[in-house]
Amino acid sequence: MTSVSSKLPTDDVSLLVVIIDTNPLFWTTLNSNFGFSEFLSHVLSFLNSILLLNQLNQVVVIATGISWCDYVYDSSTCVSKRAETLLDKLEEFVEKDESLSTEDSADGVAPSLLSGSLSMALCYIQRVFRSGSLHPQPRILCLHGSPDGPGQYVSVMNAIFSAQRSMVPIDSCVIGAQHSAFLQQASYITGGVYMKPEHFDGLFQYLSTVFATDLHSRSFLQLPKPVGVDFRASCFCHKNTINTGYICSVCLSIFCKHQKKCSTCGSIFGQAQLQDSSTPDKKRKTPSQ
Amino acid sequence: MLQKDINGGGRGFNRDEEEEEDEEGNRGDRDAWERTYTDERSWEALQEDESGLLRPIDNKALHHAQYRRRLRTASAVRIQKGLIRYLYVILDFSRAATEMDYKPSRMAVMAKQVEAFIREFFDQNPLSQIGLVILKDGVAHCLTDLAGSPEAHIRALMGKLECSGDASLQNGLDLVNELLNQIPSYGHREVLILYSALCTCDPGDIMETIQKCKKSKIRCSVIGISAELYICKYLCQETGGLYYVALDELHLKELVLEHAPPPPAIAEFAISNLIKMGFPQRAAEGVVSICSCHKEAKVGGGYTCPRCKARVCELPTECRICGLTLVSSPHLARSYHHLFPITPFNDLSPSVLRYSQNSAKNCFGCQQSLQNPGNQRVSCVTCPNCKHIFCLDCDIYIHESLHNCPGCESFKHSTNAVPMEE
Repeated sequence: MTSVSSKLPTDDVSLLVVIIDTNPLFWTTLNSNFGFSEFLSHVLSFLNSILLLNQLNQVVVIATGISWCDYVYDSSTCVSKRAETLLDKLEEFVEKDESLSTEDSADGVAPSLLSGSLSMALCYIQRVFRSGSLHPQPRILCLHGSPDGPGQYVSVMNAIFSAQRSMVPIDSCVIGAQHSAFLQQASYITGGVYMKPEHFDGLFQYLSTVFATDLHSRSFLQLPKPVGVDFRASCFCHKNTINTGYICSVCLSIFCKHQKKCSTCGSIFGQAQLQDSSTPDKKRKTPSQ
Repeated sequence: MLQKDINGGGRGFNRDEEEEEDEEGNRGDRDAWERTYTDERSWEALQEDESGLLRPIDNKALHHAQYRRRLRTASAVRIQKGLIRYLYVILDFSRAATEMDYKPSRMAVMAKQVEAFIREFFDQNPLSQIGLVILKDGVAHCLTDLAGSPEAHIRALMGKLECSGDASLQNGLDLVNELLNQIPSYGHREVLILYSALCTCDPGDIMETIQKCKKSKIRCSVIGISAELYICKYLCQETGGLYYVALDELHLKELVLEHAPPPPAIAEFAISNLIKMGFPQRAAEGVVSICSCHKEAKVGGGYTCPRCKARVCELPTECRICGLTLVSSPHLARSYHHLFPITPFNDLSPSVLRYSQNSAKNCFGCQQSLQNPGNQRVSCVTCPNCKHIFCLDCDIYIHESLHNCPGCESFKHSTNAVPMEE
């Protein structure tokens, strides 16, 4: 009951918030024989194994669709019939997602609402932090496949920084064909693991070897290292990735060439002074006495 | 000595507490376990309820009201914010800072709060810079130059914790004025002064110095540790800063941290400009090279300046060789929430809820039940855009840290269906 023992029981108890991408447009484009139902069977066994690893472990599942996100499972509220409850809720969710989505997805795969589900996950985790000093160690696992939505950039970054501040790692497992720049940055900034499996048939093995261990045990493992995250910015005017560019001092918009007027905030830029005027030879004078 | 009297009288402990302490003092030194309780003053957080039982004070409602006030002032209108700030923190480490009215001393408390402030400041303003100036023995000296690394400032501050002599406001302002005149024109010049003395010992006319600061468009804010001073108030009025006097340590913390988010920009204070910046790429792991900041050979990590190819250890920084500002895209993204703030949520009164169809039982964000054990609604808020309901804790978290409304984010904007139509 004293402060000595209060820390011990929690450092291997984890709260895992899993974000599942249910984007139907993405799952139909994945042409191999790995479909959503196979994916789910891998994930369900993974969730079961997490709950078996420690009786106090907690799992929360959030589904991410193209028009909305919702909680589909919380192990703290439903104890029995795990898979059934999850699948029922998920089916309900997918149906509603379908009914909400309007048929305007003309060009390519519409992005899933990653920012929404990340925000919900963080709110949930914050509630666990509030619950007292004896809380499980939270982490977020994104099982994501659909491409990044550029419109979500600011909100995804906001969520990432908030996670970083509350020291919640965001692990990501990308199921799609290409890498996700959002999730690469998310895992890099928050100190989580980013992985893109080669063979989807062995998804359960990837999940259980990389993402099942609690945060404390992670330090003893050789986990996949970040391959290199591209932190270069792209300019607002041509969407090119640039090495050096010009930043508007008022709204921080990025341009690749010098402009007279900011296209985002409309401020007119002062004359000259393209270079940063601060020079290395800073004069120091002793204070007047 | 006059100072001491004023402090003693102005601050003073609660009468009851003093009596209590006296009683215990009779028994000689207190035991260790007793001391922890007297320091925490846990009894102050208790109140009697109607049946005479002791209950902890319900801080939650109080807390929330406080936060709402802060939010309202912050996001009244979408105002331009000064995102690129050059801030000098002036710490008064004169004799007055040895006073023990803050535990263990004013100096230690100031240093602790400034440390927290520096971290929070760089978290919120990644492109800004801080410098530290210390007032003591009648002079001001610059502890650290304007720079962007929180750790370097904190290390320098913690290594210099000693106080003596008198404080000179004029010397401090003169020094800072000189230093801030060298910064580029697009930057916002600011000074934050933590002043604990009740006098200033100046070599000349301080009014002239204040006018000089006003002319160089330096926004000066003062946080008093002891009592209100006319000269500080005048300084803040003239330069457009804020002047507050801290009541206790908690209040001091609040006042200091209030300066972390970027202040509203005053148009003529900084000229809008395009700043040339470099976006260096992270060097591959395992490459050995000499970094330009520590002049040491390092393996792996590090960034390469795109213009002169010098190696730097951390971002954001200024290239030591060519002077180019080096940032990464997340640093810019970190400031975007100041530009696109989310709308404040509206209060929902329980009576309105009962009749509305919008009767979600749980908070949309954290799934916390919004009903008391007695089946009564707890107070909650709703987002004016997506109409989802949130609990008060989520409300604070969403506005203070997350800067996203989970409801708006988890509903596609292009569809025009009503979110809660069940």
